Amino acid sequence: MKNDKLVPSIAEAVRQCGLRDGMTVSFHHHLRNGDYVLNMVLDAVAGLGIRDLTVNASSLFDTHMPIIDHIKNGVVTGLEADYISGGVGAHISRGVLKKPVVFRSHGGRPYDIERGASPVDVAFIAAPTSDPMGNCTGKTGPSACGSLGYAFPDALYAKKVVVITDNLVPYPLQDWSIDETHVDCVVKVDQIGDPSGIVSGTTKITRDPVGLVMADMAARIIAASGLLKDGFSFQTGAGGASLAAAKYLKDIMLRERICGSFGLGGITGYMVDMLNEGCFETLLDVQCFDLKAVESIRTNPRHREISAMHYASPGARSAVVDSLDVVILGATEIDLDFNVNVHTDSQGRIMGGSGGHSDTAAGAKLAMIIAPLSRARLPIVVDHVTCVSTPGETIDVLVTQKGVAVNPRQKELAQRLRDAGLPVCGIDELKARAEAMTGVPQPIVRGDHPVAEVLYRDGTHLDTIYNTL
Amino acid sequence: MKGSVFLSSLVRKSSAGTMESSDVFVELEPAGEIEIEIESVVQQQFGQAIEQAVRDVLREQGITGAHIRLTDRGALECVIRARVETAVRRGKESV
Repeated sequence: MKNDKLVPSIAEAVRQCGLRDGMTVSFHHHLRNGDYVLNMVLDAVAGLGIRDLTVNASSLFDTHMPIIDHIKNGVVTGLEADYISGGVGAHISRGVLKKPVVFRSHGGRPYDIERGASPVDVAFIAAPTSDPMGNCTGKTGPSACGSLGYAFPDALYAKKVVVITDNLVPYPLQDWSIDETHVDCVVKVDQIGDPSGIVSGTTKITRDPVGLVMADMAARIIAASGLLKDGFSFQTGAGGASLAAAKYLKDIMLRERICGSFGLGGITGYMVDMLNEGCFETLLDVQCFDLKAVESIRTNPRHREISAMHYASPGARSAVVDSLDVVILGATEIDLDFNVNVHTDSQGRIMGGSGGHSDTAAGAKLAMIIAPLSRARLPIVVDHVTCVSTPGETIDVLVTQKGVAVNPRQKELAQRLRDAGLPVCGIDELKARAEAMTGVPQPIVRGDHPVAEVLYRDGTHLDTIYNTL
Repeated sequence: MKGSVFLSSLVRKSSAGTMESSDVFVELEPAGEIEIEIESVVQQQFGQAIEQAVRDVLREQGITGAHIRLTDRGALECVIRARVETAVRRGKESV
């Protein structure tokens, strides 16, 4: 077997792929806050004297803080991402990068890569197991992360593809996710990530009484919506209150013997429990959040890996989000028109991003925001969100511990919830209730230098984020 | 507290509260005049309101001289007033 795809170092792979000044490199984020690959690649690229690169990462975490130095020394001059955590985000918000960051959603990113609006020159795939020809998977190996869903557009549409692994196995790897036809080079390194940062041991549901009240209300809303019947489909986040809502929902589904069709998303152990106890026929998994999810996708054929395109691309003939019944989502702010901010905190500092927020909200029949009336003295409902991450016309319900606000577009739903005895009220009433407790906040002052442009999933401009002072 | 004497002005350093989210940590010491330092996660939104609440409590407690420092994690006004009042009462206590 001719083994010429295997190269001795990342630097050699970069050279063979012909990476030059001004090009775009891409990364996926399944190794989350345990990822070593992005930093290793940028260090190698900087060592080769290559500059003026655009980094397109499906998400950036605080483990990627060294990218700030590469920005300061001119190696990285452009940044595109679906999510940027608070540590890196604080630097971006202070204007460390001259060119604004381009934010997309998890569905918008593969769409723009595929249609050439965001072309990638060299993609680097962090692969927990690979063979020497680049057939690779996230399901096995010491750095196993489960699904490699977000890496698919990179592997399919980048001009060159480098697989970086710490678990090289003999050809052919049988249970591959991404196959060799897309891969130019394979590099074996000592470690692609820190397993403790890749997945959490167990994700826990909240014990906060406010969170539990909201979760119970969310489950009752789903039950009253008319959507909870055989064939039901569902996505929820990994946040404490979202998980608690899934637990209450599971209780209802088991009690009433309802068998859903699929659970979607970033998958946690709680969704795995729901699969195993018969709440769903299948799980469709673009990213695993914990060890139980990784174990399940490796061993259970009903737990399927899906690509980012299949998950949420608006350019796909159809994507799973289009068949979704209910999604539970979070918010840092929501305004009187139901527009949601998940990009910045209330000081205007970048600390997140859409991820699949706007994709699932657009696709789901019922898109529910779950958030406390106020957090640290700041009301959750505001006149205008600091940043529009998800347009209000795609949001149906806001659940707080004191009441449920239904988008005025959903009159029938509001009536169903009232009939079920749920505390339905106007979103302006929730704002007033919060402000009675917190006082009315003074507006924040922001700079006039744009630090990020937020694109909607279809590529249109949603909002601009300005620097913090 | 049993055996302690409450005085009308501050006689010692004191503190109240915690650094938990939605709480405030108040540190107080006797001084010639009132000096207020505020560090808050909601400085822009509520900085002025917090300072006004602190001044009100000090006046109600008859304090004319104090150096007071607040590390605020987004406490509601009722919490800020309670923490400041507690710090003042502790500072008046001779033990």
